[in-house]
Amino acid sequence: MSAVSENEITGLIDEIKANQDEIKQVVREPLVDNNPITLQVLGICSALAVTSQLSTTLTMCVALTAVTAFSSASISLIRNHIPSSIRIIVQMTIIASLVIVVDQILKAFAYDIAKSLSVFVGLIITNCIVMGRAEAYAMKNPPVMSFFDGVGNGLGYSLILVIVAVIRELLGSGKLLGYTILPTVQDGGWYVPNGLLLLPPSAFFIIGLMIWCFRTWKPEQLEQADFKIMPAHSSEGGH
Amino acid sequence: MESLISLFVKSVFVENLALAFFLGMCTFLAVSKKISTAIGLGIAVLIVLAITVPVNNLIYNALLREGALSWAGLEQADLSFLVLLASIGVIAALVQILEMILDKFFPSLYHALGIFLPLITVNCAILGGSLFMIERDYNFTESVVYGVGAGFGWMLAITAMAGVREKLKYSDMPKGLQGLGSAFIIVGLMSLGFMAFSGIQL
Repeated sequence: MSAVSENEITGLIDEIKANQDEIKQVVREPLVDNNPITLQVLGICSALAVTSQLSTTLTMCVALTAVTAFSSASISLIRNHIPSSIRIIVQMTIIASLVIVVDQILKAFAYDIAKSLSVFVGLIITNCIVMGRAEAYAMKNPPVMSFFDGVGNGLGYSLILVIVAVIRELLGSGKLLGYTILPTVQDGGWYVPNGLLLLPPSAFFIIGLMIWCFRTWKPEQLEQADFKIMPAHSSEGGH
Repeated sequence: MESLISLFVKSVFVENLALAFFLGMCTFLAVSKKISTAIGLGIAVLIVLAITVPVNNLIYNALLREGALSWAGLEQADLSFLVLLASIGVIAALVQILEMILDKFFPSLYHALGIFLPLITVNCAILGGSLFMIERDYNFTESVVYGVGAGFGWMLAITAMAGVREKLKYSDMPKGLQGLGSAFIIVGLMSLGFMAFSGIQL
């Protein structure tokens, strides 16, 4: 038994070594060039409501990355046996089972954080990143690559979420992970906290502005306008 | 009766699924470019929410809740960890059934809703509605009211959003904000507006 699994593991390691470059690319691409949130518009659903504190955000990111990676890997393992007419339900069942595992682990070891995340752990099931990667990548690619694709997309999501959470918690309450960084006026410090950043809508403004920055930095991500603004006849003038 | 009315108002305005909890955002941003399609999707969400929330309520109370299986001699059984799997199963199955029924009996509505129906399975607003219902321990009547109210609120939000975006496409804004960036900022402003309701005590 152990010999078999050892063989499997060495086989897996060989496969990983053989595909190293491809894996690097698959993990790196979703970070900036094809970010799930800012470009693919996936997974915003549960993202915004959990970013008011860095600790809950980190938990959510780890949970989502784990679920995406493992669901992609397991869907890819059985991809040739899933009849395409019921594939959504099969994918959903796999994802939901993984989310139940994550939910139970959180409830057992981090009850407070699980409470403050409330229904949002369960909503990982319908997080479009998980479904999207299963549908777009795992159904067509081998398990190891799908696993790393899941990791990459999970990290791309985490990158945006962590930036948003740092801005919101630091400027909103002067703390990071519960430690005071900017002493607030209420505690005798100098920083006047911006209460707006603790409210949910601020996450939208921050992500909107981040998309602006990303697209100014990478112009190929720009969207075409539906209507062009006509240039005014300025040079002739005087009519 | 009075408490049901206030639950309805609360689920439409104060706890609007789209603008207070940001559920169903992916479809919300993707399908809010035209008012007509936005209304179509809104109606689909309303119908599905109004059916799935009460059904999930029945299943939870009759099968999954702690001690619910005592009629079968299983007083100790607590299957509530299966809630996620059961809810999403019910939603996926119901959407499929609804699609077939509409195709057979209401073909015009079926064609109007078109691609939106299958999309609804992965709309977090639907699953979110069921999970909130379980977390807040609604009874059956309350769950019906909550399902309809939450669906109506979502439809209201996406229609308003589509209205804003339809006007906004003529505006001259920085290139990087074109499209998705501006959509985020509009939703932020709308959700700030809806926060005005949060002070209402019902």
